[in-house]
Amino acid sequence: MTKKLWEHTGHELAGMVAAGDVSAVEVTDSVIVRMEQVEPDVHAYLTPTAERARADARRIDHAKAAGERLGPLAGVPMTLKDIICTEGVRTSAASKILQNYIPPYSATVAERMAAAGLPLLGKTNLDEFAMGSSTENSAYGPTCNPWDLGRVPGGSSGGSAAAVAAGQAVVGLGTDTGGSIRQPAGLCGVVGLKPTYGLVSRYGLIAFASSLDQAGPITRDVRDAALVLQTIAGHDPKDSTSLPNPVPDYSAKLDEGIDGLKIGVVKQISLQGVSEAVQTRFREAVSILEKLGAQVGEVSLPTFDYGIDIYYLIAPSEASSNLARYEGVRFGLRIDAPDVLSMNSRTRAAGFGAEVKRRIMLGTYCLSAGYYDAYYLKAQKARTLIREDFDRAYKDFDLLISPSSPTTAFAMGEKLQDPLTMYLSDVCNVPTSLAGAAAMSVPCGVSDEDGMPVGIQFMVPALGEVTMLKAAYAFEQELAFDAKPPIWSAS
Amino acid sequence: MGIDDKQVEHVAKLARLELSEKEKELFGSQLSAILEHAENVSALDTQGVVPTSHSVPLLNVMRPDVPHEPLQQAEALANAPVAESGHFRVPRIMEGE
Repeated sequence: MTKKLWEHTGHELAGMVAAGDVSAVEVTDSVIVRMEQVEPDVHAYLTPTAERARADARRIDHAKAAGERLGPLAGVPMTLKDIICTEGVRTSAASKILQNYIPPYSATVAERMAAAGLPLLGKTNLDEFAMGSSTENSAYGPTCNPWDLGRVPGGSSGGSAAAVAAGQAVVGLGTDTGGSIRQPAGLCGVVGLKPTYGLVSRYGLIAFASSLDQAGPITRDVRDAALVLQTIAGHDPKDSTSLPNPVPDYSAKLDEGIDGLKIGVVKQISLQGVSEAVQTRFREAVSILEKLGAQVGEVSLPTFDYGIDIYYLIAPSEASSNLARYEGVRFGLRIDAPDVLSMNSRTRAAGFGAEVKRRIMLGTYCLSAGYYDAYYLKAQKARTLIREDFDRAYKDFDLLISPSSPTTAFAMGEKLQDPLTMYLSDVCNVPTSLAGAAAMSVPCGVSDEDGMPVGIQFMVPALGEVTMLKAAYAFEQELAFDAKPPIWSAS
Repeated sequence: MGIDDKQVEHVAKLARLELSEKEKELFGSQLSAILEHAENVSALDTQGVVPTSHSVPLLNVMRPDVPHEPLQQAEALANAPVAESGHFRVPRIMEGE
């Protein structure tokens, strides 16, 4: 049976469009029909923009007809996590406080993706202000995991991951502060890449924790991740934390293989309550990497275990400061009151959900007089120790691996009442975020226990994306994982 | 380390959050549990360690001082809950006239 257009990867579709086999409008229509079919079950989108996507696609077809050379992702319909500002398109951060916010400008990553010719299908769901690991903290209802609608897709970029996994977007952008791209990609059986801090502009991302936030690709294969990263990476004068370094060609070395590459398995991860089913797939992944010629050894990062604790002191502190701007004056919700302070406090009480309030409270406490040294400053020093641990490990290894997540996707509601347990689901992802380095999740099979996807995480030093993508690609080609969620064949 | 009701109220005031009695109770116990877990960090020896505030070694980033078209007033006010005569309108801050 021939594949429907929406089933193809981005590089396949762009090749077909460039060759004139199909039009960008036909591709986009196929994905929109697919979206209409499965969206009622998955609820990946907060604001679909089908008409905008068709108009974008028509422009690509006109450009092609006019003889313009198309880029490697032109005509590939995309979604953007709804924390990425899009001029003229509502951007809510899945919060009630920004329910009607229409940005007057676009994020640099949104502009670059649009300029590369990717039609915008819509804005995808997330945990409110990217705070969460399940997308259940959205003010507009949770997204369901396409592999099992009773389970979470992970988070916070759960909408983008689910949309790509269910076929209702070909590629997507998420943001990752402490695992928010990698964890949902792992739980939904797709590829998710968190770039080195500073590689991708943060201009126009609604800020959560400014020293950690990075946007990155969520795709169905490694080649698409490389192409999307190529599109968004590079210096942006509008972001003063953006690195001035030249951007390498991320696709050029994909085929090189990993013979002789030194890969370290993080020893600490096995102590962190990784389920037996995940460990089984992970051990097989290690064998595959060895078979491909990599030298795999164990590496100890003693501070890895402290990652979550350090993260939950630093990220909420930064968030409490960043979210001070939502006070009912310049944008967003306002609850009227006779004086300004009551207006601020009531607006924030009505506009923020429980998890956001919890993190603002936690961060405010950590930064308040008398506690700053014990919590925030201590955590920043511990963050240095994590970086030093990684530096030591990378003296002996080219890249490190771990499971993307300690378990497969959990049931809706399972961890919602216990924030600490929810936080621990990012245990594998947080340390690289604190180090500012790059990491990505690639599917490594499905669990024998529940049939849900399992991901492997590749970690590299800052700006090691070329090596990371090469290893991920070699692994992906060898494993040839082609299982799809049951909803894939629904019609 | 436990956080008592008074601390919860103080922090909520600093954070400009009007909390219900139920929320105060819930956040008090949840924040205590989270901070208790985070106490693990105090076991790390950080004597003489330089804190990391940013992982990127960039300092004093400047842009060329070239004039450009700024966001227009109407655009800047378009998302305001209440705007009047080119300003954001807020409730009275000062007492009296």
